[in-house]
Amino acid sequence: MALLEVKDLHVRVEEREILHGLSLTVNAGEVHAIMGPNGSGKSTLSHVIAGKPGYEVTSGEILFKGEDLLEMEPDERAAKGVFLAFQYPVEIPGVATMTFLRTALNAQRKARGEPEYSTPEFLKKVREVAASLNVPQDMLKRGVNVGFSGGEKKRNEVLQMALFEPSLCILDEMDSGLDIDALRIAADGVNALRSSERAMVVITHYQRLLNYIVPDFVHVMSAGRVVKSGGKELALQLEESGYAQFEDKAA
Amino acid sequence: MDVALVKPTTARAPDDLFAAARSRLPGSGPVSALREAAYAEFAERGLPHRRIEEWKYTDLRMLLRTVAPLAAAPDEAAISRAAEALARLDVTGTCKLVLVDGVFVPQLSDLAARDGGVDIRTLRELLDDAGNATRADLLRTNATSDVMVSLNAAMATDGVVIGIGDNVTLSKPLHIVHVATRAEASAFTRSLLRIGKGARATVVESSIAADGADSYQVHDAVVIWAGEGAEVDHVRLVEDAPAAASIATAVVTLGASTRFNSFSLTIGSALSRYQAFIRFGGENATASINGVNLLKGSQHGDTTLVLDHMVPHCQSTEVFRAVVDDRAHSVFQGRINVHPDAQKTDARMMTRALLLSDDAEADNKPELEIFADDVQCGHGATTGALDESLLFYLRARGLPEKEAEALLIQAFVGEAMEAIADETLRDVAITAARRWLEARS
Repeated sequence: MALLEVKDLHVRVEEREILHGLSLTVNAGEVHAIMGPNGSGKSTLSHVIAGKPGYEVTSGEILFKGEDLLEMEPDERAAKGVFLAFQYPVEIPGVATMTFLRTALNAQRKARGEPEYSTPEFLKKVREVAASLNVPQDMLKRGVNVGFSGGEKKRNEVLQMALFEPSLCILDEMDSGLDIDALRIAADGVNALRSSERAMVVITHYQRLLNYIVPDFVHVMSAGRVVKSGGKELALQLEESGYAQFEDKAA
Repeated sequence: MDVALVKPTTARAPDDLFAAARSRLPGSGPVSALREAAYAEFAERGLPHRRIEEWKYTDLRMLLRTVAPLAAAPDEAAISRAAEALARLDVTGTCKLVLVDGVFVPQLSDLAARDGGVDIRTLRELLDDAGNATRADLLRTNATSDVMVSLNAAMATDGVVIGIGDNVTLSKPLHIVHVATRAEASAFTRSLLRIGKGARATVVESSIAADGADSYQVHDAVVIWAGEGAEVDHVRLVEDAPAAASIATAVVTLGASTRFNSFSLTIGSALSRYQAFIRFGGENATASINGVNLLKGSQHGDTTLVLDHMVPHCQSTEVFRAVVDDRAHSVFQGRINVHPDAQKTDARMMTRALLLSDDAEADNKPELEIFADDVQCGHGATTGALDESLLFYLRARGLPEKEAEALLIQAFVGEAMEAIADETLRDVAITAARRWLEARS
């Protein structure tokens, strides 16, 4: 069974249809890149999978481990193993990162019927993960993402990914706002999480990120559909020829 | 059609309120004269209403309608119910001074456990002391001409009068606890604290209800003087019964180089008004005035702060947060007066209201009146709903909707609560807020 199956998905925001029949199948262990110009619907796809309000699915379905994902609340999806790394992680003043991580992790465990972590167990786990990603303890004491640099925010997303151990990670424009060093650190964190149990969907505008996170499959989106799929060489091809060649096809 | 002009009865004080209470009010001679004058003032002006600027958003003629008669003095049964309510208090380790239905009850209080250098008397005994020429001053204040303070002066049955000696450092907080046991009745209390030079004190005020007490009214006034260099932490925790009304006034005078840190949490009561008049009387004093109102149902909660910077080189910060659910109504009025001599004043005020429902309402009224030219004053006010993007982020990380909301609400009130210096009291306030949040979901 595929981990994620998106079938003929049509999505509207307000009165405008953004996705016009998108299909995508992702198996455990695979890394898929979704590329495409601005406005092609890449981020919409990631938001719909995570359950962000404001999107209306008019037809099609999304199955996650065979279950209807669209019937689930965002928190249920997270507990089942869906993780969206945000393009712009929000700042939450007054909520310490540690408190947030513990509350979230235990909420997921509770939803899965697993015992919640005690404070010492949690601290041990979070310290291990933080050390492996070079996240200083000081960052964990601050409000969630408050005053973090772009690189720190993305590292915090990767930290959560490592802590929650999801089976599907969707990385939405992880490279936006990062310089090359910050990008490398974040990408190393992501690569460390690649496993045969876990799939990743890497959404990006530029090929650059794919030098660091090398995908198994590349899909090109244009005007709300996947217009071409291929192997990692497709990304290089795009880098040379641009997206213009696909825009006519989609119209 | 005949139109009869009827003077609304709510506009006038009930004629028998004072007369019926007369025999129970301590004091004679100048005290009686002051009470009569104060009541005449109240009878003349009546309950404040929306055309009185200071009460614009809290029209007592609409919301309170009438002042309930004086509560009966507590009998054995009332005292034992009050004791049960006290046992449920979260605050422990304090020196409790308990007023039940407006009357000091020594057997519920920890008088014997008070610190050395602390003098505690009841208002009743001092007013009754005919040998004390200045006893009428206990009921007098120049800080405000507010009519509800006049009513309090007329009707006050009891209170505690505390003197803390110079340079005394309290080992535990003094804790004035108001317990209501009756329904459809009023308690009128007035307490006075004189804090000596260089003294350090934490003063807690709690207001709670015994089982079965409902639709009662609390009319309270607290007068605080802080001597030069004193450090005072003041924490109010108001958890009155859902149908109760609470009209409370604090009058604070700060001496030179004092540090005054005040926090007020209001959770209970259908109607509450907390008005604090804080006056900087000596240079280099700092005041941090913070508050949180958590309101739901059809609660109406009003916090009104009036700061008077009279002298140079003083600092004040005000942080207020209101969380308003259902059809509740929050009012914050913050007035800062910087008088002509008060150069180098630094006064800041920030008030924020969080509306959790479409029918919730918040009125924020900051007012700055500045007569000195070399000052720094700033204020900000915001009103809004929970941020959808923050909620989605938390939900995408596995938090169910109510838990995500609760975390954001706790963060919202957190800044004001962090101002509570005493860790134990801060935890009590945080726990009370958490209980309120849990009751929501």
